[in-house]
This record gives sequence, structure tokens and C-alpha cells, in this order.
Amino acid sequence: MLSQALAITGIGIRSIPARWAPSLVIVVGLAGVVAVFTALLAMATGFESTLKSTGRKDAALILRGGSDAELNSAFDRDSTDLIKQEPGIAQGADGKPLASGELMVIAELVRKNDVKSGANITMRGVDPTAFALRPQLKIIEGRNFTPGLRELIVGRGVQRQFQGAQIGDVVRMRGSEWSIVGAFESGDAHDSEMWTDINVARSTFGRTGSSSVLAALDGAGGLATLKAAVAAEPRLTLDVLIEQDYFSGQTKNFRQTIGFLAGVVTIIMALGAVFAALNSMYAAVATRSKEIATLRALGFGGFPVVVSVMIEALLLALVGALLGALIAYVLFNNLTVSTLGQNFTQVVFNFKVTPALVARGLVIAVAIGMIGGFLPALRAARAPVTTSLREQ
Amino acid sequence: MTKAGFVIANLFRKRTRTILTLLSVIMAFLLFGLLQSVNSLFSAGADFVGATRLMTQARVSFTTPLPISMLPKLAGIPGVARVAYQAWFGGVWQENTPLIMFSTDPQSYRDVYPEWVMSDAQWQDFIHTRTGMIAGKQLAEQYGWKVGQKIPISSNIWPKKDGSKAWAFDLVGIFDGKDEDWKKRTNLAFIQQDYFDEANGFNQKGRINFFILKLAPGANAETISKTIDGMFENSPDETKTQTEKDFNISFVKQIGDIGLIVRWILFAVFFTLLLVVGNTMAQSVRERVPELAVLKTLGFTDGNVLGFVLAEAFALCLFGGLVGLVLASLAGAMVKKGTGGQFQVTVDWSVWALGVLAIVAMALAVGLLPALRARRLRIVDALR
Repeated sequence: MLSQALAITGIGIRSIPARWAPSLVIVVGLAGVVAVFTALLAMATGFESTLKSTGRKDAALILRGGSDAELNSAFDRDSTDLIKQEPGIAQGADGKPLASGELMVIAELVRKNDVKSGANITMRGVDPTAFALRPQLKIIEGRNFTPGLRELIVGRGVQRQFQGAQIGDVVRMRGSEWSIVGAFESGDAHDSEMWTDINVARSTFGRTGSSSVLAALDGAGGLATLKAAVAAEPRLTLDVLIEQDYFSGQTKNFRQTIGFLAGVVTIIMALGAVFAALNSMYAAVATRSKEIATLRALGFGGFPVVVSVMIEALLLALVGALLGALIAYVLFNNLTVSTLGQNFTQVVFNFKVTPALVARGLVIAVAIGMIGGFLPALRAARAPVTTSLREQ
Repeated sequence: MTKAGFVIANLFRKRTRTILTLLSVIMAFLLFGLLQSVNSLFSAGADFVGATRLMTQARVSFTTPLPISMLPKLAGIPGVARVAYQAWFGGVWQENTPLIMFSTDPQSYRDVYPEWVMSDAQWQDFIHTRTGMIAGKQLAEQYGWKVGQKIPISSNIWPKKDGSKAWAFDLVGIFDGKDEDWKKRTNLAFIQQDYFDEANGFNQKGRINFFILKLAPGANAETISKTIDGMFENSPDETKTQTEKDFNISFVKQIGDIGLIVRWILFAVFFTLLLVVGNTMAQSVRERVPELAVLKTLGFTDGNVLGFVLAEAFALCLFGGLVGLVLASLAGAMVKKGTGGQFQVTVDWSVWALGVLAIVAMALAVGLLPALRARRLRIVDALR
């Protein structure tokens, strides 16, 4: 029986070129479904992987209570100094707390493909400790800013997506001119930021304190110690979060939105593809009805016929799926885009077409191929031999 | 048999095929309707702004506030009829639902935005109640707010003087939009700037995020924008002034390239669909070559035969397309309801208009080649 199935499948597949048009419909239909599915989820995956790789597990981000985002958080300079002295924070080599008070403000830059619409960019004023807390951040071009001067270093993502962010460019903010003196790369969400000295940022933006404090935790119990100390401090109402959790938490909305979009689009497209596949396979068995009837007359069983039609549908679906995944990969993999993040600023990220996504696309394709092949296969196997042979 | 009857009978000679093709067309247009309405959400979005208004914000970013003390200078510029302002409150409903909520001066805001519809009594209450709040109809309905209630709202930015971020406001009015476009946008709320400024515990007083300038009839928006921005140049409070429409466009653009991605999907869907339906049409003509020849022998002209085949393509696309668009409208309404107005997926007349265009274009694309083939058919060849 297996050899029969193989023989009929072989005949079927070899005859595909003779009736290429309906077969092409399955291939193109599936390519469309898988390409769209993969591209949409590659966007969600890229956004997630950028934010999830941001931040450490052994560092805490401290915000004003109930702020949700650095943008909304603020405390004065005294509180900033007070927080840095709390127990639970690790000490640096110099014996000072390994903590950085940071001021987050927003500046506007224009996208590369735009003329005038400004997009919000995070500008982060930092203490020198900020670099020790983020060892993954490397200056890759130019030099670091000089404390006390209106100088900026910009992330790679900002440079890729926005105009006027190259070394030597000047950014105007609040009546003053800032020169870009360096570029950095960190491989995470900080690539979408511009950095400068916190004190210069304070004076320019008329702010006295900071938005957040980032602190390295002192060992495994550091977080609990810090949280308890902060809760016992009557002058402060603060939220203490693991830095990595803060960034990972920002992916939920985006993932939900894109997941919803991808789900709806894929289901509708997949239904369309099932109908198209059914159509094509019905046409395929119709054109081969005489040939199949002849084989049946020669003694081939009905089951091998079913198997062969199914295999043909599956093969076509898989070819389509691979083509779709390839299209998604070529067009979208590592495509750099940016969208609004939690802080109401642009997060630059790359699409990621991962093997796991491609595998999911293939599973969808197999399911569509099975459904699209099954009913036509039954019809082919059940058609009365005598009638089929008599047809013109 | 009439010609129309003939076309329909032909469509149903292979019932399975016609139904399956129809279903693919329906799916494609369902997706088209939904995606096109999402697309218009991301791309245009600003066409509804009819009035000439300018928005003045801090040049560096609208998140950096400007002092209210700039207002008299702005109001004194020739061509500026009225100036209102808004400050972002960062309202949060219950646990963690962010609200679009601004503080403003009720009287000037009312003068600048005649598009909001609310009774005069409620406007007066808003003007005279320090702790008053007005909410858009959608927002009020979503959370079941009624006029007269005290609404507890916290701010994720502003603490009160006692350090707590739990505020409460008296809902004194619910406003609606003057037309469909404005009704869609009634998902925001306003409170009094005077009360907010006094009660907030931060040392930042008298600062707002935008000035909204209503221009006098015939005033030149561009000249006025330049005048304003020139006035504050080189000060810490440098401004950026643009029309409300441009402001809205750049605001939507912040979301990024989602619109582009949606267009890519539409392209993929349509390309796929074109192939599916095109193939079906080509096949059905191929199968009927002898029949078409018989028709011509009977005296039907080349034009008639072309018409029959094109009519079949049109019938398929039109029926499938319309059903798909109806389904999209229903699904859009469901999404809107299901997400409490968060996703404003409205399949409106503009989506329908584009959909009908797409139906015609598709019918031509898939029908024309087979139809021409049918017309060119020579009886002798075909009957052989």
C-alpha cells in the first residue's frame, strides 16, 4: 500500500508542471499568509528583545511612587542624595555608593524619511556612575561628553533613524546649542537615547532634582534591604523596581496590540488560503480524474489516492510557506524602525525573523495544506471508476 | 433566458468552485476593510480639523512646559482672536488605566473649541466649579460616570500638597462632538487649571504644555507662527508653532512605521487574492472554449462574449467584495465595543469608497485577460 501511495504521489507531483496555474495559487496563497504572519510577529519579537535585554537583574531603578515611567517621576536634589545613601546599595571601588541620579527629559528630532514632524527622543542627564552601571554601553565613535559643557553623545539607533544626530551636528534646546561629540552602542533600549551631564541638563531645563536613581544592589538581599529602608523613610514615597523588570514590563502593551493584529490578520488570511487551496486541489483532482480512475481500475486502492493528494497539497503548502518566510526574512529581518515607548519617546528596534517564528509559520502552512487537501482527496478516492473513465 | 440569468447560470455550473472563490474574495475584503480603517487611524487622522487654530509648544518638546505668563503676548499679536491652553495631568483611573486628561481655563477653552457640544448650563458649572471636571461622552460611558458624581482619579505625575497622588473631581458636564469625526474623539477629560495649580504640591506653578490660538478670519497662519517663534527665540522658552493639523499629524506619526507595515500587508493580501480569483476566471474560460464558440456561431457578437466573461468576473468580485465589507463593518464595530473605544476601528464611507474602487480594479484585472481571450476566439479553431 505504501508503494502504491508513493507511486501515485510520484505521478501527481511529476504532473504539476503541466497544470502549474492552480498549484501556483496554493504556493502564492500560503506564501502570503506566512510572510504576513512572520513579518508582524518579527516586529513584536524585535521590540521585545530590545527591551528585555535592557537593564540588569542586580540593579534597582527607583522612581517616585505611582509614576509608572521615568518621564512622570521626579524628586528634588536632597531626595536624590538621600536615596543614594540608603542601605542595600552596593559600593563602588572608591567607597561611594554605586548609584546614578538621572534626569530624563525629551527633545525632538526629525525622522530621516520626514521633513518637519518632530519625534520625541529621550535625553538622559547622567552622573559619571551611569557608565559603570551599564558596562555594555561603549563609545564607538568620537569621545564622551565633558561634564559641565553642553555636549551630547547619541545612541546608534538615534543616528540610524533621525536627522541631525551625527558627530559635529548641533542640537538646539531651550535657547542653547549642544554639540554632538560622540556616538555609543549598547545593544538595548539606550541606543534610542541621547546622553549628557546631569548638571548641565538640570540648568538648561530648569530642573533641580532628578527623574530616577539607578543603583547596583548589594548582593542577593540588597533589594529587600533597600525596599525596607525606603518604606521606613517618612520623607520619601518611592517605587523600587529591578531595572530589568522595569524595561520588560514595557513590552506588554505592544505585544498585546501586535499579537491581536497578527492573530486577526492571520486567521482571516488563513481562511482565505484554505478556500483557495480547496479550489486548487479540487481542480487538480478533476484534471487528473481519468488518470486516477485508470489507476483504480488497475487495482490501486482508494487510500493511496487520498494519501497522494494530501501529500501533494502539503508539499505545495510547505513550498509556499518557505517562500513566504524567505520573503519576510529578505524584506524585514533587521529592518530598523521605531515606535513610541512607555516614556512617550521613540524606541528604536530591529525586526527579528527567528527560527521559532518560521517554525510556527510552517505549522500554520501544514494545517492549511491538510485541510485544503483532505476534501478533494476524498472526492478523488470516492469517484466511481466507471463514470470517471467515461468522461471526456 | 436573459443575459443576466445566463451569467448567473454560468457562475453556478461549477458550484463548489464559485462558492470557494467567493469565500476567498469575502475574506480578502473583510481584511481590506479592517486594515484600511486601521491604516487611516495611523496615517491621515487630521482631516477633521476644519477650523484654523495654531498650537504653540516648547520648541524642545511639548513635554517641557511653557509659562502661562506668555499668554498676553500671544493674545496681543494681530490676527490672534483668542488664546486657550492645556496642561497634561497624567490622570490614572483605578489601578492602572491612563486617561487623556488636561487642565485648562474653561472659558477660553470653550471659545476656542466650538466643536465640543455641551449645554450652556454645564459650561457655566465648569467655569464656576473649582474642582469641576468635564468628560467626553465616550469616556464617561466607558467608566459609567454620571454628572454630579465625585470621580476619584490619581495622577502619575502630580502629588497634591499632602504628598498623595489621589485626586478627586466633581463631574459637572459631559460633552459630545459636533459631527462623527469629533464624536470619535470624545475620549478625554478636562479640569480647571486654577484649581490644579493651587492644589498641586510641586513647586512648578503656572506652567502649561500648549497654547491653542484661534485666528481671526483671514489671518495668515504662517506669518503668525513665524512672529510667535521669532518673539521667543534664544530664550529658554523657545517655541514651536504649527497648525493644529500639522500638530496632529506629527503626533500620530510618533507611533512610527505601523502604517507602512499595514500597507505592506494590504499589498500582500491583494496580490494573493488577484492570483486566486484570476486563476479561477482563466480556468473557467479555458473549459468553456467550445461553448463560447457555439455562442458566437449562434450570432452573439465578439463584444457580447467579452461582456459575458467580464460580467462573471464583476459579479464574483462585487458580491464577494460587498459581503466582505459588510462583515468588516460589523467586525470593526465589535472591536470598537469590545475594547471600550480604545481601538477606533470604524469602517466608514471612505473605507467603503476605497473598497468599491478596489472591487472594480480587481474585477478588471482578473476579468480582462480571459474576456479578451474569449473575444478573440475564432469559431473554426475553437470548435475543432
